[in-house]
Amino acid sequence: MKQFDFTIKDPLGIHARPAGMFAKLAKGFGDTVVTISKDGNTVKASQLMKVMAMGIKSGHTITVAAEGPDEDKAIEEVRKFLEENL
Amino acid sequence: MILLQGKGVSKGVTSGPIYFFRRADATVVKRAVTDPEAEKARLAEAQEKSIEQLNRLADKCREEAGDEAAVLFETHAMFVEDEDFVDCMMQTLEEEQCNMEYAVQQAGEQFAAMFAAMDDAYMRARSADIKDVTARILNNLMGVVEGGIDSDVPVVLAADDLAPSETLQLDKSKILGFMTQGGSGNSHTAILARTMGIPAICGLGEALKPEMEGRIAYIDGETGKVALEPDEITLAAYNAKLKKQQEMKVLMDTMKGQKDVTLDGRELMVYCNIGSPEDLPAVLNNDGQGIGLFRSEFLYLKASDFPDEDTQFQAYKAVAEGLNGKRVVIRTLDIGADKQVAYFDMKKEENPALGVRAIRICLNRPEIFRTQLRALYRASAYGKVAIMFPMITSVWEVRECKRACAKVMKELDQEGIPYNPDTEIGIMIETPASVFVADALAKEVDFFSVGTNDLTQYTLACDRQANDLGKFFDPHHPAVLRALKIAADAAHAAGIWIGICGELGADLSLLETFLAIGIDELSVSPSSVLPLRAAIRKSIAKTCTLEKLES
Repeated sequence: MKQFDFTIKDPLGIHARPAGMFAKLAKGFGDTVVTISKDGNTVKASQLMKVMAMGIKSGHTITVAAEGPDEDKAIEEVRKFLEENL
Repeated sequence: MILLQGKGVSKGVTSGPIYFFRRADATVVKRAVTDPEAEKARLAEAQEKSIEQLNRLADKCREEAGDEAAVLFETHAMFVEDEDFVDCMMQTLEEEQCNMEYAVQQAGEQFAAMFAAMDDAYMRARSADIKDVTARILNNLMGVVEGGIDSDVPVVLAADDLAPSETLQLDKSKILGFMTQGGSGNSHTAILARTMGIPAICGLGEALKPEMEGRIAYIDGETGKVALEPDEITLAAYNAKLKKQQEMKVLMDTMKGQKDVTLDGRELMVYCNIGSPEDLPAVLNNDGQGIGLFRSEFLYLKASDFPDEDTQFQAYKAVAEGLNGKRVVIRTLDIGADKQVAYFDMKKEENPALGVRAIRICLNRPEIFRTQLRALYRASAYGKVAIMFPMITSVWEVRECKRACAKVMKELDQEGIPYNPDTEIGIMIETPASVFVADALAKEVDFFSVGTNDLTQYTLACDRQANDLGKFFDPHHPAVLRALKIAADAAHAAGIWIGICGELGADLSLLETFLAIGIDELSVSPSSVLPLRAAIRKSIAKTCTLEKLES
């Protein structure tokens, strides 16, 4: 499993638009699962509504993890996505 | 032959199959089902259809409005397939052994409630997205069609009555005419029909039955008669009228490109009333000289939350550009009274017509006002925009509106956004108070426009929505016409112009009175422009008298 911490910089937090783009991205790694954790809660990044329901705001730190055959590729792409969009 | 009698509210004859309007929010009923697999298959089909629609909307948006709006629809498409959302539906389906509609509705409510309970305003607002998506899936599940009309051929649209937000969503290319069980000449269906220039009959009551769907109706928007399977005599009369209507149209086409001038050289401005940018073709086809009333409510009525500045700007800009330098008078939001919008969160009023409506909302809630004014001023860089404030009763209100305008202009200056600093500002004359202080109001603004429906309602103390006031609701009442004269005299003394943007403007029996009073502009439904022009060109202004003010 690969993981990293990320602090949200977008003033709106993880809102619908980037959450949707994130979910789309996360679904594209086949058997490799991308998860988001915050305060002991873990959801799959592809679970769009659950991700939004975590209410992640600007300044919050989340842990992103990837698990599976393509985890290296997945974690890098997700890191790049977060840095560019959130 | 079956004959129905209603009230004709928009002239013309037409015939076509009857089609009953399907409400998009058809009620979901819980039913027991024995074959859950069949329900799942129905959901899969509805999901597929929903995603297809949303992707199409996203594509359309990307072409017209840009990426930001498109992504919203793509996000909606993802909601449709969201694992947890769908799991929730499946769980209800299995536990309750119910129909899919009920399961979808339950899931929608549960997820909307989850967002509504969050402490973040942005996330709370997302519950509207969930409701939107849920409604879409339900519509597809129940075969409800967006735009309300699932027919390949144009139809005569039947309904109990249509709400403003419903008339906005209609696919207008498929409507030949309207007939409704309720409604009145002032209802939104009637206004829409007149804008489109197609016949409408309201107040048909219970005689208009849903089982009439599919039968051919012959309707006459002047007499208010509807015939099914007409006998020979009725059909002959219908055909004669249709022929006359077609000849009239040819005759009216000769009025295009002509001036709105009387035989003795008095020029009038004949403008159009419109309700959305979609009405623009009707204005151009009927050769309107401008737009005297662009009702901005459509933006608010069709949205599920306050329309943002850009959405408004795009709509105003489209109309300003479409008119190519001709004047476009845009009225700021006239919500309240008969036009209610859920997200405005208005308190229930005993007397909404006398309540917090129109400019009163704007002055109480400056943020809503500011957004609209910014959009209007930005649009002023793209054509001849004029801003009009409704429901004015006092001079201080106008001054406050002008202060709000000045503030917005200053903001735009600082941001380097172009606008026209000489944008005309006008007010609606529709309350008796505004007539009494018209002389003082005229010094504050660039024009007056009289809203005759409301002016009649408030002057005669007659509710314009009430159907049974009949002869008491009389727009020809000398009190109303005298009010017009007082306002016109005040306008001219201050050197500004005055128009009429209510339905009365198209009333040819009052044209001479309007000429005698000295009305400068008449703003009417696009379909009334050419008949009005023909009447003006036959009039002699000098010989018109004020006799109707006396009787």
